[in-house]
Amino acid sequence: MRQLPVLAGVFAYLSLLTIGGGMSAFPEMKSLTVDVYHWLTFSQLIHFYSVGQLAPGPNMMMVAAIGEWVAGPLGALLVVVAFFLPTALITFGVGRLWHRLEGWPWRDAVQHGLAPVSIGLLLSGSLTVAKGAVSGWLTAFVAVAVFGLLVRTRINPAILIVGSGLIGLFTFLDK
Amino acid sequence: MSRSSLSGLGTPQAELAAAPERLTLGQIFTTFLIIGATSVGGGLVAYLRRGLVAKRGWLDDPTFVQMLSISEALPGLNGTNIAILAGDRLRGARGAIAAILGICLPGAIIMFAVALAYQAHGDRPVVAAMLATIAAAAVGLTFSVTVQLGQSLLKRTSDFIFVLLTVLLVHWLHASVLLVLLGVGAVAVWWYRPRRNSKEAVRP
Repeated sequence: MRQLPVLAGVFAYLSLLTIGGGMSAFPEMKSLTVDVYHWLTFSQLIHFYSVGQLAPGPNMMMVAAIGEWVAGPLGALLVVVAFFLPTALITFGVGRLWHRLEGWPWRDAVQHGLAPVSIGLLLSGSLTVAKGAVSGWLTAFVAVAVFGLLVRTRINPAILIVGSGLIGLFTFLDK
Repeated sequence: MSRSSLSGLGTPQAELAAAPERLTLGQIFTTFLIIGATSVGGGLVAYLRRGLVAKRGWLDDPTFVQMLSISEALPGLNGTNIAILAGDRLRGARGAIAAILGICLPGAIIMFAVALAYQAHGDRPVVAAMLATIAAAAVGLTFSVTVQLGQSLLKRTSDFIFVLLTVLLVHWLHASVLLVLLGVGAVAVWWYRPRRNSKEAVRP
């Protein structure tokens, strides 16, 4: 229970880092939830993240699982609110102001300048996940194969994720 | 293209020629709930576009694209940001609340259930083996999303330098993401600052 205010604070802070996508916040999420507060291990975080890719809706809804893991149903509710409410309010406010910024010469500069930084943050997030998830030839092969298929085809990623889980199952049963 | 309805002044739905009548909060909630429950496999933005623009005609395409570009420049996930902007446009503040609740609820309930299942079975060897390859697939997925976004957003050499600088600071030097965002972000915005005598902020 003592965790709850800290939990809310951490996820409200993380939500502000999600420029460009949820992955932008992943390196900081790893360092805070795993290294600083020891709420879960790195591999547990990776598990929640990757299973979260199978859930519909916003792709960082795995924060609900972290909240549940750390502090039960109340934790899950609190984390979801902390992670989604601040940015919702910002977007609501800026959305209503946006047309007034139409003639503002810096508007394009802000958009153009933030784009490469957000890609850099996404890439850092991807590297953090890779570090925790790729641990041998099998996982490296699956990661590269999924990447190649997604870049070259329009296949639904959920199919590849389920397929990869089956590969894991069969290699386990084969041992 | 008129954007005055985004201001919230007057009635936001007045300009929506495509929407035959005033939408109820229930309609908005249900529609976003359906999108939130069926958008499996990432690409929530594409599902939103299909549901709101193509299928129901609640928004026109230029409006949707503008909402997407606002969403990309702000913190928050693109999907939830678009839900806020679209909900506000369709039915004001209460519409925005209905939209974000609808889009978040299914995934949140599923991930809550996942955590319960993980608590019960997560340490079984067979589950661990499956999660290992699922995590590897997620790595492939996240890199592919990054590459595809990069292809559409990165054009100049300076863009790539800012990407590298960000990765260097965040990933290898473990600098605070917030500081990097503010620091490198400010430099990048300054780099693309508006210039006189040029329509685009082009670096000579």
